[in-house]
Amino acid sequence: MTVSTQDRSALIPLLQQVQVEMGYVPKEAIDEISVALRVSTSEIFGVLTFYSQFRLNPTGKHMVKICSGTACHVRGAPLIIDAVEDELGLTDGEETTEDGEFTVEKVACFGACSLAPVIIIDEETKGNITPDQARRMVRKIIKAIAKESAAGKNGGEATNE
Amino acid sequence: MSNYTAIRKWADEEVSAQRADKARIAIGLGTCGIAAGGNAILEAAERTLANNTEINADVVSVGCIGICYKEPLLDIEIPGQPRLSYGPVTPGETKKILENVFLHNIYEHKKSLAVIGDDAFAEIPSWNEIPFFAPQERTVLRNCGFIDPEKIEDYIANDGYAGLSRALLDMTPEAVVQETLDAGLRGRGGAGFPAGRKWTIAADNIRALKESKSDLPSYGYVICNADEGDPGAFMNRSVLEGDPHSVIEGMIIAGYAIGADFGYIYCRAEYPLAIDRLKLALEQAREKNLLGENILGTDFSFDIKLKEGAGAFVCGEETSLIASIEGNRGMPMPRPPYPAQSGLWGIPTIINNVETLNNIPVVLSQGAKSWAEKGTEKSKGTKTFALTGKVQNTGLIEVELGMSLRKVIYDIGGGIPDGKEFKAAQTGGPSGGCLPKEMLDLTIDYEALAEAGSIMGSGGLVIMDESTCMVDVARYFLTFTQSESCGKCVPCRLGTKRMLEILTRITARHGKIEDLDALEELAPSIRDSSLCGLGQSAPNPVLTTLKYFREEYEAHILEGRCPAGQCKALITYEIDPDDCTGCMVCLRACPTEAITGARREIHVIDPELCTRCDTCRQVCKFDAVLVA
Repeated sequence: MTVSTQDRSALIPLLQQVQVEMGYVPKEAIDEISVALRVSTSEIFGVLTFYSQFRLNPTGKHMVKICSGTACHVRGAPLIIDAVEDELGLTDGEETTEDGEFTVEKVACFGACSLAPVIIIDEETKGNITPDQARRMVRKIIKAIAKESAAGKNGGEATNE
Repeated sequence: MSNYTAIRKWADEEVSAQRADKARIAIGLGTCGIAAGGNAILEAAERTLANNTEINADVVSVGCIGICYKEPLLDIEIPGQPRLSYGPVTPGETKKILENVFLHNIYEHKKSLAVIGDDAFAEIPSWNEIPFFAPQERTVLRNCGFIDPEKIEDYIANDGYAGLSRALLDMTPEAVVQETLDAGLRGRGGAGFPAGRKWTIAADNIRALKESKSDLPSYGYVICNADEGDPGAFMNRSVLEGDPHSVIEGMIIAGYAIGADFGYIYCRAEYPLAIDRLKLALEQAREKNLLGENILGTDFSFDIKLKEGAGAFVCGEETSLIASIEGNRGMPMPRPPYPAQSGLWGIPTIINNVETLNNIPVVLSQGAKSWAEKGTEKSKGTKTFALTGKVQNTGLIEVELGMSLRKVIYDIGGGIPDGKEFKAAQTGGPSGGCLPKEMLDLTIDYEALAEAGSIMGSGGLVIMDESTCMVDVARYFLTFTQSESCGKCVPCRLGTKRMLEILTRITARHGKIEDLDALEELAPSIRDSSLCGLGQSAPNPVLTTLKYFREEYEAHILEGRCPAGQCKALITYEIDPDDCTGCMVCLRACPTEAITGARREIHVIDPELCTRCDTCRQVCKFDAVLVA
């Protein structure tokens, strides 16, 4: 079987589809696509790492997206990023917390520049945010997680009794 | 009766039937409308209707008309009355306004914005009278926020596809190219290359290819560049979300003009709503025989496919975009050959920006002469801008080319908020530059902006005030271009890295005065020897800030001082004992416990523990926190 040049153009849409379904592109998917399209895995890896959309690792359960567009930058986005990373204990460009609960992503521009700076945590979008408010939003989720896991433990004990 | 006349008649009937007896409550739910809390307004409107069944109205979500700083917006359109706009509204106000309007015929409210029409109504002024809209000229945004972008009949009833009909039924392809040349429409993606010239080259190459080969699946392509990547710009998103058919119509006309048979829309994946609306619009156009085989009964066939980008700024560059559609890393190729000679899969291809294509139907339906009445001699027409940053009235605006920056910033934008002073206007994003207040009377056209060291760009216009550090802005843009550099050519890959290192050093208190010479030496060589536009324009933010704000660089280096109070390594936070009331608010808010004190005692910041996160200054109600 030969691959026409036009078939090759299916590579990026296929990878995008995998990511929509899985949240990231696992190694197994790369192998399968490699066989199907007759493109070497190294070439696929090259494409994957070129585009910022693709992830090679699963994300945390909660997504924190902070806009780093120009308008957000001049209105204080770097302080929001520092505050959120500090609150989650992320250092040196780490994106996902060790417990796998949070992933922090700096996004080029949401296009909501008039409300700069903007943060999106899971489904909640907030504009004109301050570092203090960003910390509170994150803390609220951390508290909810702790409560849930405590309830889970108690629930477990209850069934044991 | 031609096919178009029949379609137009159908659309007019559909639209008048839909609007005949039912009022329309429209809520702007573009990306910024949602961020401003538009969903709560939608719920409030629906609840109000559920509780007042006598109100005969539909609640719909629409794109925005650009007045972002008044989001969330509530629009009411009653048959036989002009459209009224209110904002920013709360859920409570939404209920009140709807009940007032529908049950008591009271239209005025403290949140009344304007009548979206030519005349005032019930004491509410026409939008032509309010400063934000009055100086604007809407060609590109002719339909945004007015038509329902999910209904093709709305577009057609507003002269949609009339340009295509004229091109296909009354004109030869050569005449269409000539019309575009006559209009003087220049590419709206930033560089300003005349669209008609690009088309001429492609048309010649496609003709030659057809003569020499007879077995190719395609002889020419039209690509719409919708990979809007400038961080601080959202003009294309608004057009795609609010008026998708205008871009599709422009592409079909372009295809006819150059002899192409297929098109691609390359759209940023970060714009899910735009992608959904484009997909729907393509289907509708096919259904009405405006796209596909034998369009409008002629022998011209053309179809369009949507491609999602995967997040790479460099893919806004023509040859990179082509590489990306072909399924490769989006890296540029040396030009020539230009895509109009040999583009996608080696076939002649034109690549036009969203806004360029959006203008084409107007050029064709109104004629080149009428279209070209607006603008200056060399920069014809209008241009959209995303007016953002430190300006009162932020939003999506459209002005006639040739307007002064001052008019845009002070008349439309309402000036600088919080009594602060204007410092710079940034145009063209990472490829553009920062213009100082001495340049406020500069007219917005391709030549004037280039001469000042910036570029028109795609339409980002970010306003900066005295609290914006220009060294930090230069560093911000270099961080962006450096991380988006594809790495193919050395000047861009290493040159931007070196520049970024120097700028980072300066903002971190380690700069030397020789660094400025190094920047000035690096910049021209990166500009002249990079392979594509990304590298060639990357030095612009550095060069313009060095040219117009050199004293700020010198203050960082020679005095160890950041005049704008932004660079963390160069500033300290202090509490003014005269203004501190000892209220404990900052002390509680400080994340590092750097503030000590007790109730009604003056607080003190420990500079060793302080991380300069700015929280204390923001929470202090007495402006007692000083940055030096």
